[in-house]
Amino acid sequence: MKFLPLILRSLLRKKTRTVFTILSIFVAFILFGYLAAIDSAFGLGVDLVGEDRLILQHKVSLVQLLPESYLRRLEAVDGIIFVTHCTWFGGVYRDPKNYFPQLVVQPERYFKMYPEFLLPEEQLSAWLEDRTGAVVGRATAQRYGFKIGDRVPIQGTFWRLADGGSTWEFTIRGIYDGAEDGTDTTQFVFRYDYFDETRVASAKGLVGWYMLRIRDPERAPEIAAKVDAMFANSFYETKTTTEKAFLRGFANQIGNIGAILTAVLAAVFFTILLVSGNTMAQSVRERSSEFAVLKTLGFSDGLVLLLVLGESFALSVFAGLAGLATAWYLISLGDPTGGVLPIFYFPPEKLVTGLSFIILLALLSGLFPAIQAMRLRIADALRRS
Amino acid sequence: MNDALVQVREVHKVYHRGSERIDVLDGLSLEVPEGEFLALMGPSGSGKTTLLNLIGGLDTPSAGEIVVGRSSLGTLSSASLASWRAGHVGFIFQFYNLLPVLSAEANVELPLLLTRLGRSDRRQRVATALEIVGLSDRAKHYPRQLSGGQEQRVGIARALVTDPTLLLCDEPTGDLDRVSAEEILDLLEELSREHGKTIIMVTHDPAAAARASRVLHLDKGRLSRESGT
Ligand SMILES: Nc1ncnc2c1ncn2[C@@H]1O[C@H](COP(=O)(O)OP(=O)(O)O)[C@@H](O)[C@H]1O
Ligand SMILES: [Mg+2]
Repeated sequence: MKFLPLILRSLLRKKTRTVFTILSIFVAFILFGYLAAIDSAFGLGVDLVGEDRLILQHKVSLVQLLPESYLRRLEAVDGIIFVTHCTWFGGVYRDPKNYFPQLVVQPERYFKMYPEFLLPEEQLSAWLEDRTGAVVGRATAQRYGFKIGDRVPIQGTFWRLADGGSTWEFTIRGIYDGAEDGTDTTQFVFRYDYFDETRVASAKGLVGWYMLRIRDPERAPEIAAKVDAMFANSFYETKTTTEKAFLRGFANQIGNIGAILTAVLAAVFFTILLVSGNTMAQSVRERSSEFAVLKTLGFSDGLVLLLVLGESFALSVFAGLAGLATAWYLISLGDPTGGVLPIFYFPPEKLVTGLSFIILLALLSGLFPAIQAMRLRIADALRRS
Repeated sequence: MNDALVQVREVHKVYHRGSERIDVLDGLSLEVPEGEFLALMGPSGSGKTTLLNLIGGLDTPSAGEIVVGRSSLGTLSSASLASWRAGHVGFIFQFYNLLPVLSAEANVELPLLLTRLGRSDRRQRVATALEIVGLSDRAKHYPRQLSGGQEQRVGIARALVTDPTLLLCDEPTGDLDRVSAEEILDLLEELSREHGKTIIMVTHDPAAAARASRVLHLDKGRLSRESGT
C-alpha cells in the first residue's frame, strides 16, 4: 500500500494529540478486556458447561439433603447413562478468609462425570488407595502452595466428626487441571466413603445433590420431569434442571453483573468515540488546504475519503490491538483480586467482540471527517488558506 | 479546426455573495498555443486565480466552454477531471503548498502515487525532477528546513514530475525576494524553452511578466493586450 507512509505521516502531524488519542483508546481496550474477563468470571463458566448434565437437588433448596439410595434408582431410569452425587462441605482452611469450595465426591465417578477436570491416571489410583486422600484444582493448589503429599486440615463449619471433633485432615493425592481456560480449578474434593464413615451418625447416608448424565440433551426436560415425578410425594422431593440453568440461577443471585458491565462499556466506548472523533475532525479541518492540494494533483474525491478513513483505521487498530494485547497479557497473569474471581481469563469470543469494536470505532470516528474531506471543493479550500 | 492547446470560449463566472452578484469573468475568450509562456496580469480581485482554476479544471464556469488538448472540461465527471489533471496539468502556487509532514522527495512523489509506476521508477522520476530544479541535495529535507525559493522549486518539481504539457502558476514569485524570484523565473523560462512546456503564469510583477512571450491583462472580466502601462 503505497499510500501508507502518507497516512502515517499525517497522523504524526500533531504528535501530542495523536499520542493522547492513542492512549485513551489503548486504556479503553484494556478496560474492555478486564470487563470481559470479570463478566465471564461472574458467569461461573456457564457457557462451557456440557448440555448433557442435569442437576437433581432437594425441591426446597440446595441445603436440604437427599438419601444416598437415590443413586441406584436414578441409574435405572431410561435415558440416564451415568449418575454420581456430591455434598457441600463448606469448611475452613486455617482462616475463614481462605475461601475455596470443598466437595465430598465419589472419586472415580466424579472425574468421569467431569471430563474437563484433567487428573493424571496414577494420581487417581493413589487417591483410591488412600481413604483420607484429597484432590485439589490447580488454581487453589497454586494459591496455597499445596503439593502432593501435603497434609491439609479442614475445619468443618456445620459438619461434625462422630468423635465430637470438627477438623478433618486430608493428604493431597492429586492436582487436577482444566481442559479449557474457563474450567473451574478451585475445587478441593475428597472421598464420600471416608466422610460418611467419620461424620456424626444422624447425617449418615445423606448427600447434597446428584449429577445425571443423559444420552440425549434434547430429552433433558422430559427426563427431568420424569425423575421429579418419580420422587414426588416422598419425604425427599426433588427438583431437576440442566447444569447450565442451575449455574445461571446461581450466577443471577450475585446480581445482574452483565448489565452493569455492558453499561460501563457503553459509556467507555462512547467516550473514546468522542475523543477520537474529535481528533479526526480537528485534524481534517486543519488540513483542508492540504486535501485541496492533493485533489489539485489529481487525487480523486474517493481516494481522499479513503485516506482519511485510513488514518482513523490506523489510529484505532494500532491503539486498540495494543490495548487488547496488553489486556490479554495482564489477564493471563491471573485473578487480580487474589481469589474472589477464580475463573479469570480472557474469553476468546470476546476478542472477536473487541476487534469489531475497533473497526466500529475506526468507522464512526473517521466517516464524517472523511466525507467532509471528500466533499471539499478545491477552489474554495485553496482560497480560504 | 483550431489547434491551440488551451481554448477558453465565451466563459462566464458568476459568484453570489448573499444577494450580491459578482461577474468575475464576463464572456472571456483566450487561446494559448502549445509551447507558449503566457503572463496574466491584472489588479487584485480581477479574476486571475478564477481563470487559472477554470483552465486547470479545479472549478467549473457558469457558462462557456474550456478545451485543453483534446478534452472539453465541461464534459468530464469530477473523477475523470481528477485523473485528467493528474496526467496533463502541473500547478504551482504562490505559497508552494507543500505537505509539511513529507520530505521534499515525498512531496514530489505524490502525483506519481496515482500512476502505475513501481517504487524504483517513481524514485527515478523524482530524482530527475529534483535535478531539473537543482535541489538533488535537498531531497531528504522537510519544507520547514528549506528557504522560500527552495520550497517553490520543490513545488515546481512536483508539478513537473508527471511530465504534463501545461503548467499553471499562480503568482509563483509573489512570496519571494528578488534573487529567489529571478531564479524561479529562470527555471520557468528554461522549462518553456528547453522542455517545451506550455506555461500560464499569473503575476503582479512587471519584471516577471517581461520574461513571458506574451502578456495579457485581465480587467473587468475581460482580457486586453499588454499596452505598456
Ligand atoms: N467562492 C467565491 N465566492 C464569492 N466570491 C468569490 C469567490 N471566489 C472568488 N470570489 C471573488 O471573485 C473575485 C476574483 O477573485 P480572484 O480570481 O481570486 O482574483 P485575483 O486572483 O485576480 O486576485 C474577487 O472579487 C473575489 O472576492
Ligand atoms: Mg489570485
